[in-house]
Amino acid sequence: MVEIKGLEYAYPDGIRALKGISLDIFEGESVALMGLNGAGKSTLLLHLNGILQSDIGTVEVLGMKVDGNLREIRSKVGMVFQDPDDQLFMPTVFDDVAFGPINMGFSEEKVKEKVRMALELVNMSGCGARAPHHMSFGEKKRIAIATVLSMEPEILVLDEPTSNVDPNARRHLIELLNELDITKIMATHDIEMVSDTCDRAIVMFEGKIAANGAVEEVLTNSELLESHGLEAPILVKLFRDVMHRENIPLRLNDVIEKPNKYKI
Amino acid sequence: MKHDFLDKYAELDSAIHSLDPRTKIVSFFCFIFLVISTQPTKFLNFVLYFLLIFGVILASKVPLRFVFKRSLVIIPFVLLVAIFIPFLKEGEVAGSYNFASLHLTVTYDGLTILFNVLSKSWLSVLSMLALASTTKFPELLKGFEKLGLPRVMVMIISFMYRYVFVLGDELMRMKCARDARSFGGNSKWHIKTIGNIIGMLFIRTYERGERIYIAMVSRGFSGKIKILDDLHVKKLDLCFMVFFLTILTIIWTVL
Repeated sequence: MVEIKGLEYAYPDGIRALKGISLDIFEGESVALMGLNGAGKSTLLLHLNGILQSDIGTVEVLGMKVDGNLREIRSKVGMVFQDPDDQLFMPTVFDDVAFGPINMGFSEEKVKEKVRMALELVNMSGCGARAPHHMSFGEKKRIAIATVLSMEPEILVLDEPTSNVDPNARRHLIELLNELDITKIMATHDIEMVSDTCDRAIVMFEGKIAANGAVEEVLTNSELLESHGLEAPILVKLFRDVMHRENIPLRLNDVIEKPNKYKI
Repeated sequence: MKHDFLDKYAELDSAIHSLDPRTKIVSFFCFIFLVISTQPTKFLNFVLYFLLIFGVILASKVPLRFVFKRSLVIIPFVLLVAIFIPFLKEGEVAGSYNFASLHLTVTYDGLTILFNVLSKSWLSVLSMLALASTTKFPELLKGFEKLGLPRVMVMIISFMYRYVFVLGDELMRMKCARDARSFGGNSKWHIKTIGNIIGMLFIRTYERGERIYIAMVSRGFSGKIKILDDLHVKKLDLCFMVFFLTILTIIWTVL
């Protein structure tokens, strides 16, 4: 799906944000990018649809090199930004969700159909005529996701999907993300959400990939996380650092379902 | 935050609300045009114009209080300009006053013009309020675009409409942050803070503009914004337009 080789990027002001990233992402995977602010997560994401392009290293998406083909790549890589107020720039929800499909050149009927489908997917059917400034933050976030789902992307890229979202809206978002059956790549600080939605976790540190592995493996390694400025889930800390166990659960549900395995 | 100072009653459900925005725009602009070109001395005409627009506002179910309160906003500006006319215009003297060495005369012609300016501007504002408070802002924009307003203009206004609320929130937050930390201090210092806030707002707006552009490009934006056109002229529109314009012309020509 995504193939990145030796990617380096420096911003015009000279800050080297990416220092040699190589990464493969496969179909159907749900990948979390974790790391401190300034570790290069967002910069990396912006390379996936050619907003940022670098001379050093290559990025390939769906077999296409990201330097030409931008139109097609951008319709296949749906990018959801952190602040929904940036993402929703049209006066009504309908116009916003229709923005992508219209730019892709679909007929009027098809556009309406896609908008209806996208709004249904995020559970916001019938909100087409509403204005973004009359909506709550959680609602805006869901509409922001709908604006890219309406393009039927093959890869969904999310920058901080759960930041600033209240617990209720966060739970809905996690459910929504789990229901979507496409390749997902998300940059996040929300470690509990990673364990609930992702199968692979990548830790970035100062523009490099510090760890790349299954969620169960990366998130239970509290030394690794802490040495890169992150924090392990509280359950991991409890079982590993306090109880010194061999088997370390990642999710509360694991413990509830298999109490024998974790000896409680 | 919830904002509704622009199109507060646009969500109501009435015959006037359900009209196509183009119908309303054309009708109300014709109204303004005819009102303006009416002779100042035809007082009856102005009363009839008022009754016509009053009827439309009544039919739209928008609270009268709201409309009239809003419509008065314009009066001070008009007065500021027009209040001197009766004193300056020459003609038959209606009355003269002496203040110390100042000798002021008011003429009938001047008073007519004052009445003329006031009533015309008030009627025009009423009709624009009838338009704005019965039409959702995005629809209004679509209507203007369909009637030939350049795309770029429409987009600028549309972005303005979308982000004026976001910026408003941002400003409120900054004001909050300032108030939370500002105890006393002299006025010079306060002015400096306000200057900083305005500067900060500019920078944030600029940065937001960049982010919005990235979000647009990510969804296939290539320099031209296209939107679906879902406006339809219905029977009701034609009826309203014919009815409204006929009455207008009758008032204008016959009386």
